[in-house]
Amino acid sequence: MGSMKEIFNSLLLKELLKGLSVTGRHAFARKTTVRYPEERTPQSFRFRGLHALRRYPDGEERCIACKLCEAVCPAMAITIDPGEREDGSRRTTRYDIDLNKCIFCGFCEEACPVDAIVLTRVFEYHGEKQSDLYYTKPMLLANGDRYEKEIAADRELDSKYR
Amino acid sequence: MMVETLQALQQFLPGFLIPHFNWLVQLGDQLGESMFGTYWPDLFTLVWTLVKVLIIVSVLMFALSYTTFAERKIIGWMQVRIGPNRVGPWGLFQPLADGLKFLFKEVVLPTKADKIVYLLAPVFSFGPALIAWAVIPFSDFLVLADVNASLLFVMSITSVSVYGIILAGWSPNSKYAFLGAMRSAAQMISYEVSMGLSLVVVMMVSSSLNLVEIVEGQGQGLFADMGLTFLSWNWLCLLPMFVVYVVSSFAEANRAPFDLAEGESEIVGFHVEYSGMPFAVFQLGEYTAMLMGCTLVSLLFLGGWLSPVSFLPDSFLWLFAKIFAVLVLFFWVRATFPRYRYDQIMRLGWKVFIPICLIWLAVVACWMLSPWTIWK
Repeated sequence: MGSMKEIFNSLLLKELLKGLSVTGRHAFARKTTVRYPEERTPQSFRFRGLHALRRYPDGEERCIACKLCEAVCPAMAITIDPGEREDGSRRTTRYDIDLNKCIFCGFCEEACPVDAIVLTRVFEYHGEKQSDLYYTKPMLLANGDRYEKEIAADRELDSKYR
Repeated sequence: MMVETLQALQQFLPGFLIPHFNWLVQLGDQLGESMFGTYWPDLFTLVWTLVKVLIIVSVLMFALSYTTFAERKIIGWMQVRIGPNRVGPWGLFQPLADGLKFLFKEVVLPTKADKIVYLLAPVFSFGPALIAWAVIPFSDFLVLADVNASLLFVMSITSVSVYGIILAGWSPNSKYAFLGAMRSAAQMISYEVSMGLSLVVVMMVSSSLNLVEIVEGQGQGLFADMGLTFLSWNWLCLLPMFVVYVVSSFAEANRAPFDLAEGESEIVGFHVEYSGMPFAVFQLGEYTAMLMGCTLVSLLFLGGWLSPVSFLPDSFLWLFAKIFAVLVLFFWVRATFPRYRYDQIMRLGWKVFIPICLIWLAVVACWMLSPWTIWK
């Protein structure tokens, strides 16, 4: 008897019509598409985008070449050469991040004792050749200078959870 | 000859133009007669037919390109997306962009392919789908060739496109394309049987093979006399056949949920070895066949150009509206159902549809012979 009922139901296309009604209803539902350049999805202040090297308010660079970020980096994207500056302080002579290797895990930012290396919210950047995505120290410092206001505001928002 | 033919067009012109139009027609007729003499009537018939062919093909091509666009839009909506909207206003130039893309793609000829057959195969799948439009009536007088057995003509011509599939699978010398072609050909032939059997019922009911007469026959009956013509169309009294025919035309046009021929995610079909323009021609053939299927469904079961209620005039616009509605059903089904497995397709065709068709054939035959017949 059960199988008769099954045959009858399948001949009436009951389940097919049920499926059609689901897609039919969704055809008139509110669309979830975000029209990207005009519309954007909200971004967290913890967003991990393009890297930047920060400075103190007096213009002194923060990085002290402790190499913790280089050690923690799981993709080995960071290369640091430490050196002594004329005034005797320990600084980097080279601080490179290869964005081709970087996986944007944010460990470098977490490891940094002086908040020097940070990940900004910027994600719209490109390189036309592979070498364009190899960021050197001046490029990273320039990023830091350009986005400092935004970076500082985001750190401020995050400060109570750290 | 020319004068009578062209004077039929008068009804589409605004009143003040008719004298000028008539004068032009007379002038053209006299000019043609003085230039070509006795060949003029034949020559005119030829040119006039070519003009009609050109109109049908160009309208069809336009409709085809926007069918692809409508498909992407509608399926997008059903998946809660908005579909293509970047090329031109509301994405309306998307078909153009797609066409250009296909044009600029490289045509890869497999080294071991039979080159001539390889390039001929897409023509074989697209050509028949196009030829069948010659006998499709768009209204009781808008028909290129009003042949007596037009339904039979459509059936036989669309069957030829199976050769395109077989050749496409055979010629590139690839085992995957070959297996895909075998699958698709078997599928199309199997579903042609159930399609044909459901058409037999339609022919029986309307006792004609002429598409114009089949449509006209649907405008009579109990409900038509009450003013509700849409209940007199074949879809209601032949409901099982209607369902079988629609599902068979999904399979016949290689559409989802029977699109094993394309099956992009799990299985390769007969056109794996094709790229660029030849591949685009296969796609065009598929879409032409789909439009053909929709048109046949609207003509045979949904009353063609007849208006659904008697107080509105019959018009070819009704036919277009019905074709579009069936087309939307095609897209809807594609957006809803997962692809059938090959053995399930075969089971459905042979073990479900053909018995249903045969049973309903017997039922309708008895019904027609009984005193309660509704077909006279």
